[in-house]
Amino acid sequence: MTIPIRLTLNGKPHAIDLDDPRVTLLDLLRERLGLTGAKKGCDRGQCGACTVLVDGRRINSCLQLVASLDGADVLTIEGLSEGDALHPVQAAFIAHDGFQCGFCTPGQIMSAVGLIREGRAGTDPERIREGMSGNLCRCGAYAGILEAVKDASGRMEHREDAA
Amino acid sequence: MIRFDYTRAASVADALATARQPGTAFLAAGTNLVDLMKGGVTNPERVVDITRLPGLSGIEALPDGSVRIGALARNSDVADDPHIARTYPMVAEALLAGASAQLRNAATVGGNLLQRTRCQYFTDAVSPCNKRQPGSGCAATGHATRLHAVQGWSDHCIATNPSDFCVPLAALDASVEIEGQGGRRSVKLTEFHLLPGDHPERETVLEPGELVTALTLPAEAAAFAGHARYLKVRDRTSYAFAVVSAAAALTLDGGRIGQARLAFGGLALKPWRVTEAEGALAGKAPSPEAYAEAARIALDGAKPSGEANAFKIELARRVAVRALSLAAAGTPARIPALPASPFGIV
Repeated sequence: MTIPIRLTLNGKPHAIDLDDPRVTLLDLLRERLGLTGAKKGCDRGQCGACTVLVDGRRINSCLQLVASLDGADVLTIEGLSEGDALHPVQAAFIAHDGFQCGFCTPGQIMSAVGLIREGRAGTDPERIREGMSGNLCRCGAYAGILEAVKDASGRMEHREDAA
Repeated sequence: MIRFDYTRAASVADALATARQPGTAFLAAGTNLVDLMKGGVTNPERVVDITRLPGLSGIEALPDGSVRIGALARNSDVADDPHIARTYPMVAEALLAGASAQLRNAATVGGNLLQRTRCQYFTDAVSPCNKRQPGSGCAATGHATRLHAVQGWSDHCIATNPSDFCVPLAALDASVEIEGQGGRRSVKLTEFHLLPGDHPERETVLEPGELVTALTLPAEAAAFAGHARYLKVRDRTSYAFAVVSAAAALTLDGGRIGQARLAFGGLALKPWRVTEAEGALAGKAPSPEAYAEAARIALDGAKPSGEANAFKIELARRVAVRALSLAAAGTPARIPALPASPFGIV
């Protein structure tokens, strides 16, 4: 028996006949839909590398069963830019060297987009650090990540179409 | 993860009917359950998805002044609710001190109450554990016990309850609304979790197939809104479980303490409220001496469950004194950048 699931993924409708209720959103994206931007770090909700937005909120896609997601709106790193125009958070990560190896970066960026949408941190470094604590970076690029999020957050406060 | 049968419940009655079959687990966000299933710690044969149940995700101020929080409300929605933040600020502070933003965005209130211990001998899925496999023994005893219990433990289990949220809920007399085949009932949060005793596999008063549908915070608890803090000491500044935490709340009346509330996290397999310590504060001037006396009473009867956790008893006294001092100083207008942190408060 399959479970029929309808998703909006990066703005496009998808219909999926789920043959196994164990499939997580992360595995659906990576293994079945070819979207490998969200990364499998710990696969247990501890590292944040798999962060995506579901219905506008950042979550760990490795702990989210697809079976529960019928009707959801999913945004991954692949859907963030508008064509070649980078999202302000993406541009800020480049401008501030917010990464080294890059493995955690899609999760960091999606988490930062979520944080800015939540409106909790603004440009306060302490609140940004706290708000980003669910994303680990084993290269230790935290100083650059903080600057990138602060910069993007400040810029996006002045834009109506914030993310 | 072993394969399971998946059903999506359309109504509470539907969910309860399916859950009558043994080996059934309710699935909400799954932030704890899916993790445990991946690790082979929990292996349900049947999973009932309750995320679509109508009417269980609201936060509602009731005419009698109490607040009802649906079991499917997300942790972040409760923390961000203006009425909760204003009326029960230490509930919001405790929520924001727990997990990460991603997990809070998904995890539900009901799931928070029912999350399992993070005892590493429970979560490794292989060590003897009376909670996971009744009668198999307790691998924690005599081994790495730094984060284990100093109150209410038994020879069969020395684990702790990991929830931050439950600590202020216990202090504020919250109630849990439960639905089962026999109808609806309500139990105090302080009576919801069970101490391990001889049966650590029984963790709450829920009967098989019963479902938590809501939490209620009483109107009286709003009296503490001006002097209420949650303080959490942990091994990292953020995104870590408590070594010891405390929820402290006071009413102040003409330079004296009217009522006090004090509960701890990290000490036992349930949120540890100490009404004797609360009683000792009533009528006293708010002072370090009064807090120290309350803290002494609060840890009466505490006993290390291993050499490595003896330090938690004195730590808990100090956390209580600090939390009470912070509560007396007044609830901050905005939750600090580092919620509940001893470092974020100067």
